[in-house]
Amino acid sequence: MKVIEAKIVVLGSQGVGKTSLVVRYIGKMFSRHISPTIGASFFTCNINLAEARVKLQVWDTAGQERFRSMAPMYYRNANAALLVFDITCRASFAAVKSWVKELQSNAPGPLVLALVGNKADLAGAPCVPATDAARYAAALGAPYTETSALHDQVLHTPLRRPRRALHRDLGAARPGTPHPPPPPSPSPSSQYTASASARRASTTSS
Amino acid sequence: MICNQELVLKVYGDDVESDKDEYLQSPELVNKEKHVFILSSAGKPIYSRYGNEDKLAGLCGVIQALVSVVEEHDQDILRSICTKDCKAVFLVKGPLILVAVSKSNESETQLVMQLTYAFNQIVSVLTLTQLNRIFEQRRNYDLRRLLAGAERLIDNLLIFMEKDPAFLLGAVRCLPLPEKARENITNAIISTCNKIRDLVFAILIAGNQLITLVRMKKYTLHPSDIHLLFNLVRSSESFKTAESWTPVCLPKFDATGFLHGHVSYISEDCQACLLLLTVQRDAFYPLSQAKHTIAEKLEKMKCIGAINDALNRSKDLPTTNPLKHIGIPIIRHFMYKCKSTAQLFTSDPISLDRLQDYRIMHNEGGDITVKKIEKLSDIDYVKNYRKFCNQIHCATVPAKFIFRSNSENTILAWITNGFELYVTFDALVEKEQTKKAVDHLLQWIKREENRIFIMNAPTF
Repeated sequence: MKVIEAKIVVLGSQGVGKTSLVVRYIGKMFSRHISPTIGASFFTCNINLAEARVKLQVWDTAGQERFRSMAPMYYRNANAALLVFDITCRASFAAVKSWVKELQSNAPGPLVLALVGNKADLAGAPCVPATDAARYAAALGAPYTETSALHDQVLHTPLRRPRRALHRDLGAARPGTPHPPPPPSPSPSSQYTASASARRASTTSS
Repeated sequence: MICNQELVLKVYGDDVESDKDEYLQSPELVNKEKHVFILSSAGKPIYSRYGNEDKLAGLCGVIQALVSVVEEHDQDILRSICTKDCKAVFLVKGPLILVAVSKSNESETQLVMQLTYAFNQIVSVLTLTQLNRIFEQRRNYDLRRLLAGAERLIDNLLIFMEKDPAFLLGAVRCLPLPEKARENITNAIISTCNKIRDLVFAILIAGNQLITLVRMKKYTLHPSDIHLLFNLVRSSESFKTAESWTPVCLPKFDATGFLHGHVSYISEDCQACLLLLTVQRDAFYPLSQAKHTIAEKLEKMKCIGAINDALNRSKDLPTTNPLKHIGIPIIRHFMYKCKSTAQLFTSDPISLDRLQDYRIMHNEGGDITVKKIEKLSDIDYVKNYRKFCNQIHCATVPAKFIFRSNSENTILAWITNGFELYVTFDALVEKEQTKKAVDHLLQWIKREENRIFIMNAPTF
């Protein structure tokens, strides 16, 4: 079976729940005692697909301003970036936009982007309407997902159009380019389908 | 030392009269045993141990004014202000002003030491170069932006310094281990890492105790830098979930730049944390590989079990309950510093869990309590040693030997070229009796020294 290595970087403001999402996705748990990440944390996980095994490397970066200058070290070699904001914090959404600008001007190769609005469990007080985020994501050709690391939930399923765009991007990527993981989601079947079709897209092009 | 009570009282008086600073009288701030405030030399609040530093802008202005008045008018340095029951100690370091206001029995020197640590903690997060540059460019900069998430490091460090005699003695606590086990651990690290370029330090720690430290030949690590690493690891739950790649500046080693640390726990069932510190910012992958190799070797040689036994304070180990093992009933507590290695050993090691309890207690309070203590904890013993320690380390007339006996207890403090020793005996014990007991105690320490201390200084 073919083994593919893929690197993904998780970016976003401090306290939006980047680590919580990653720990939920990889460790299948939620801890209220997570302390701020210092520098960056490195996770790996394996995803078994029908035709290949994906060795996924996740760089979960620190959101504090003082680590900003170290970010290039992580996105430089990444295949995809997960841009996370907190749906109850307008400023964190603005921060995502500045990350996108930085990636567009500094990332050496094409990066597959995915936008995630976390803390959907606090949906009683959203400051970033799903429609705004989805519209912005669509403009980037990225999928938008609302998640709750606390409740292990994806509240708004990824929109179709951006997801097709994600696949197209992968299809256009150079042969052998690893593909990105889906955003953390509780339904493994849908993740794997998405990844599998992405993989197909990429093999066809090669 | 300047005693300028009047000035402070006057300034405070004005504030209270104008009701502006009602906040200073709020329960969040009143009746605390020790406050610590950090501000920029422009008077901007950076950190307050209690309360909300935003609301303390007025107080910070007063502190800044006091410091600068003494500096400019008197061409002098404001070191401390003493009132009847309270000491305010000032430290101006680079672009920062640090102040401790304490009602504890800690001396001025001990408080200055704690403020220096707090400053070093900030340097450890930012580097001295960055700290200075920021304030050169913008004198009014709000440093809290860059310290976001690091406040808890200062919080924890302050608690750690009050409880752990390691700070009082400027020494590092080692995890007691059988000599052979420690040697195997050290060799596992050396054999894995000796080919890795630019790796400066490899450090294995557990529960604020050093298991081993391997260093590049030219370089050594100062105890205060090790304490900052202990504090970093203990304060960062996030290290437990994954391998981390963490920039850390060690102020005594090199205050101008970062080392890059691969930080990870050695295995899921062991609380030992491995730090591999390098000058290469892109060396994560080789160090990650090295970590896994080291972990495998430690597992194979059963070192993980030895570490866990020591951490769980297995009853079979003589170092678990040293007083019982030494067998001199009149000794209630002791702490010993080996000066040549700057390491310490105490009869009742403060365990990690208990320090965490204190942290919880502290979040709730830090208030002065007048409750009569029924049974002294190890921390109470250490508090009692503070003033003896201060006399021993007095800059003008240092004492070499102190013996004090009263109806509560008998305390002996003794410093020689090789060691520093503090012992608490039962009440009203004769000097002769303590002399014999101390001889016996020193013999025991000599016999166990290869377990309780790291006697060699391994290099790559």
